[in-house]
Parts: sequence; C-alpha cells; structure tokens
Amino acid sequence: MVKLAEWRGKEIFRRYGIPVPKGRVVRSAAEADELLRSGALSLPLVVKAQVLAGGRGKGGAVKFASTPEELRAVVSGMLGMRFKDETVKELLLEPKVAVGRELYLSIALDRSAREPLLIASAQGGVDIESMADDQLLRIEVHPFAGLASYEKRQVATSFGLEPPASKELGNVLEAVWKAFQLEDAELVEINPLAVVDGHLLALDAKVVIEDDAGFRHPEYAEILDDRTPLEEIAREKEIAFVQLDGDIGVIANGAGLTMATLDVLAQFGGRPGVFLDLGGTDDPNKVTEAFLLMAKAHPSVVFLNIFGGVTRCDTVAKGLVAAMKLVPEEDRFPLVARIRGNNEDLGRQILQAAGITALSDLKASAQAVVAAERPRVAGKAPT
Amino acid sequence: MTVLVDSGTRVVVQGITGHQGTVHTVQMKLFGTQVVAGVTPGKGGSQVEGVPVFDSVAEAVAKTGANVSVIFVPAPFAKDAFFEAADAGIPLVVIVTEHIPFHDMLTMYYYGRLRGTRIIGPNCPGIAAPGKAKAGIIPNVVFRPGRVGVISRSGTLTYEIVNGIKEVGLGQSTCIGLGGDPVIGTTFVDALPLFDRDPDTDLLVLVGEIGGTAEEEAAEYIRHHFSKPVVAYIAGRSAPPGKRMGHAGAIIARGRGTAASKLSALQAAGATVADFPYDVPTLVAQRLKELGSR
Repeated sequence: MVKLAEWRGKEIFRRYGIPVPKGRVVRSAAEADELLRSGALSLPLVVKAQVLAGGRGKGGAVKFASTPEELRAVVSGMLGMRFKDETVKELLLEPKVAVGRELYLSIALDRSAREPLLIASAQGGVDIESMADDQLLRIEVHPFAGLASYEKRQVATSFGLEPPASKELGNVLEAVWKAFQLEDAELVEINPLAVVDGHLLALDAKVVIEDDAGFRHPEYAEILDDRTPLEEIAREKEIAFVQLDGDIGVIANGAGLTMATLDVLAQFGGRPGVFLDLGGTDDPNKVTEAFLLMAKAHPSVVFLNIFGGVTRCDTVAKGLVAAMKLVPEEDRFPLVARIRGNNEDLGRQILQAAGITALSDLKASAQAVVAAERPRVAGKAPT
Repeated sequence: MTVLVDSGTRVVVQGITGHQGTVHTVQMKLFGTQVVAGVTPGKGGSQVEGVPVFDSVAEAVAKTGANVSVIFVPAPFAKDAFFEAADAGIPLVVIVTEHIPFHDMLTMYYYGRLRGTRIIGPNCPGIAAPGKAKAGIIPNVVFRPGRVGVISRSGTLTYEIVNGIKEVGLGQSTCIGLGGDPVIGTTFVDALPLFDRDPDTDLLVLVGEIGGTAEEEAAEYIRHHFSKPVVAYIAGRSAPPGKRMGHAGAIIARGRGTAASKLSALQAAGATVADFPYDVPTLVAQRLKELGSR
C-alpha cells in the first residue's frame, strides 16, 4: 500500500485529464517567495501540508495567505510542524478559489463483490465515513465492461449539475476509472470535487497504489509511505514487519499464524512490540534475516513460532544458533522457540543444546515467553 | 467423489523447473498424487523428477490428460499462465504464487468464469485430500485420512490446525487453503456447498482471520444452507485496527471485518467457536462425539 501525497495524486489526475488547481510544491519559505516574485503563483493562496493523515483542515494543516508576509509566516510555521505522526516536509500552494458545490467521487475494490466499486455523493467535502448511506450512490464496475455510459448518466443525475460542469463530469468519471485501473490503484478518491465558476475542479486527491503491482510501476518504488525505518528495511527483505506498543518480539511464518501467535500471547498478558511475518516460507536464510532484524528493535524477549513446510526443523535450528552468535552481546535477548514440522525433535535438541528455550506446545510456549520478559533496557528504544 | 481433488486428479505443474515448482512436485508425488506433467515454456522435452516437461499447457493436456493445474510462476507472469491453463480447458487451477496484483486477479477471476475454470488462490497453500491427491504445498506430515473437512484463508495456521486434528487421533477428508488476498477465486461461500455435498466429510473446520467480510458471509450461508457441524477459529482478535497484519486481506477497515463481528456471526449461525488454535481439535472431537451419539 503506497499512499500518495495530495500533490502526487493531483499529478496523476492531471495526466488523466481530471481538472486540478494550478498549484506548486514548496519545501522552504524561500521557494514560496520566489514563486510569488516570478509570477508563477499569485495571491491569495491556500497552503496545504502534504501529510497522509486526514483531518488536515481542522488540524491546522490547511491555511490561507493573502499577503506575501502572511505567506512567509504560514509557510515557515507549517514546515517542520508535527501533524499526527508525520512531520510536514512539503507544502502544496494553490490559488484560493470560490467554491460552489462540493461533490464526492471514489473508486475502490469491493472484496466481497470481487468488483471495483464507484461511490458518488452530491454531499462531498466531508469525511466519507460520516455520510449517511442514502446520500451515497454505489455502482459496481465490471472490470471487463468498464464504466458504462448509462452509469455515468446515473452519477450525473444524482449530482444534478448545470452545464458546463454537467458536460465535464463524463470525462472526470472516465478518468477516475482509467487511473484506478492503469495505475494499479487500491483507491482513487476526489473529495471534494468542487464546482468553481461553473466548472469541475478536484480540490483534493487521495490515491493509494497497490504494492504488488510494483513490477509495472517502478515510478512508485521511491515513494516513502507510512512505514517506520525498520519496517522499510523489512520490506526490502520481503518480510512483513509491524511495530506495536509492547516489548515482546514475535517472528512467525504466515499472516494467520502470526496473528494467532499474537492472540495467544495477549491471552497470557504479553504485549507484542514488534512482529515479523516471514510469509508462508520456512527458508532458513529468511529466518536468520528476520532474527537479525529483530535484534535491531531491542525486544525484551523474542518468541519464534515457525511451522515448517518442506524445510527440516533441524536446518532452521542450526541457522538460528548461528545467527544468535552474530548478534552483538549488548543486543541479545531471551528467546523462546517453537519450530514444528519435519525433524522437530532434532531441531529442539539443537536449540536446547545452545541454551535456547525450545518447546512444542503453543500455549506452554506463550507462557514461557511472558515469564521470560524482562524490562526494556533504558535508552534502547526501537530504532 | 471428494471435494475438488480425488484419485482421478492428474496434476500439471506450471513453473515446474523453478525451485518451488520442483520441490513441491516431489512432495505432491510423495503424497500419492499423479503429477503427470510440467510446463515451462522453452524447456519442453526435458524431465523434472521423472515428470515430463512441455512447452505449453495445451500440449501437456493433450499428451497426459492433466485436469488440475498448480501454478508456481512469478507474479508478473501468473496472469498469462492462468489464461493458458483456462484456454487449455483445465477446470481447476490452484495458484500458489503470492503478490499478484488484485487488478490482475479480477481479470483472471472473470476470465475463469467465462471458461468454466475454478481458481483456488492466489497466495494459497492449495488443496489436499489425504490418501487421494494434493494440488498445492501443504506439508504432507500434517495429514491423516479421516472425515473432518478444513477450509481456511491462512497458510501455516492451517497446517497448525490440521496437524492438531491429527494429533488428537482424527483425520481429514479434504483441506482447502483459499488464500489470503483481497480477491480470491474461491471464497468460503463458494467452497461451503462442496463440503456440504461431500459424503466423506462429517464436520467442517473453518479458519478465518480479521479483515474483509468473508467470514460474516460464510456465517450467513451456514445458518441457512449448511447441514453439517462447524467449528470455527478466527485469528487476529488482539490486532489493533488499521495496522497491516502481513497481507492486504487483513486490514480492519471502518469497524467491519473485526474478530468480534465474525465470531458473533458464526456463533449465531450455530458454529462452535474456538478461542485459540489449540482449542480446535478438542472441540472437533466433542462435536464428532455428539454427532455419533445422535
């Protein structure tokens, strides 16, 4: 899931023919000054922090400026500001417009229907989740047929627009659909799609790109999203890594088993801090990689729960013992290992011989993990 | 006739010359499956573990009578591999490959419906019927022939639970890992009627996880149409909302798809709900005992 900043979303909109304000991105007050001086932008302007979290308007992340001094103050004040969990590094500057009506449009996947779902509302400008169901028009879009003309007319009817906006709507709808498909998006959302001087204008853009389509879209590979640095390293190694609030580290293979492991730990009062999911694999190299990555998160104790497929448990155990030696003394942690599958008895013997707690029962293992938890060493917050 | 695979199953492995393809060809054969062909374009005429390799699926079908395909080819080429299998008239395709974009999967799903080809997966461990055949990657050691059916969205968690069933002295009729992606070819609701009809299945274990509404829909089906006892387990009850739990299928969004909503729907449908994975085998044994005493 790559969530794009508003300005990147608007770049995509522009390419597909969705009208957007003529804005510019700045990363310093000097840049903003220069854009004014050169005439590239003119006052009054709206200044929008390029953060991924919602609620920017209410949270002080969208402001207006009508004089050069005001612009300088707003830009300097916003850059570097903390908004929810993000630091504001980029601002989008756009001409302030007189907004008439505000509409809502989005396309996302409806998993149950196995079809993309277009949602339209004549009452845009507010959070979709706060809209009443009867204000939402839902249209399932078959991937083979695309958005049909009659469906576009349905949206037009529900919006009740006047020309020229009514004439522009068909193109906007087609562009939203095309962008959803061709950019491999999980979500394309325009909220609000405003009517300004009788014309449609996308005042905001939310586009989320699917990670798995990266092989078709190298252009998105460079974009950082909402992962922490360790989550980013894990992504490169194709290990799912999530940081939570507790101190226990969990390494498991497969999303379902990982979640079940967390559930069992929680049952016995354990609070997972980091979990690594190796995917369906029991590849010993990947287990070792995960183990070394986990050491960097400074967990209080680590629970390794691997259900072996084709790899023998003794092979995984040997890799683990070797990896343990690679972790610097000061980063070591108590380890409880549960490796099930082929040759599991032999695997347990190898681990026990190396001083690692190795069990086969899930419940007993979880209890051992919680019992082994030690307080976090001061100054060793997760990096 | 069991669910989807039986002793008449003849498997073609697409991507047989890759590491995963080769490893699991051996495992499927050890399970007793007739693996009759492999396909890797350009490698036709060779052999992998005694299995003849063909350049195309159509050729493999014509020469060996293959009727189930297992796809291991990498995600960028998986869609094409599936089209080839569907066009060759294969009625059942198991897609093990992970990280297939859901946009591709949407196309594959509807194309499969046009061609009469059922998809299991993607990103799934596949199907196994102990004593009969396996089309996929579930470890052989967890199985033992028996009368418990298993359907699941997970991989290794399925192995864990299937293994637990074996450890209490019971066995499985058919186990299907449906895959954890947002769009899958066969859902719980699609698979439930197959188990209901299956004379070899007495009880069904359903293993779900948070995210999406597949378990809620399964509960609805069970309540109205399913005649056999169900034991269910849902992973992720301790998960915080919004954080990615390993794959795109498991995001709690907008309050739907929570463990609580799935558990209450399944309970209301008459399923026995296990709190933890290790409780499943015991509950299965209990329900089977009740069934026997009726």
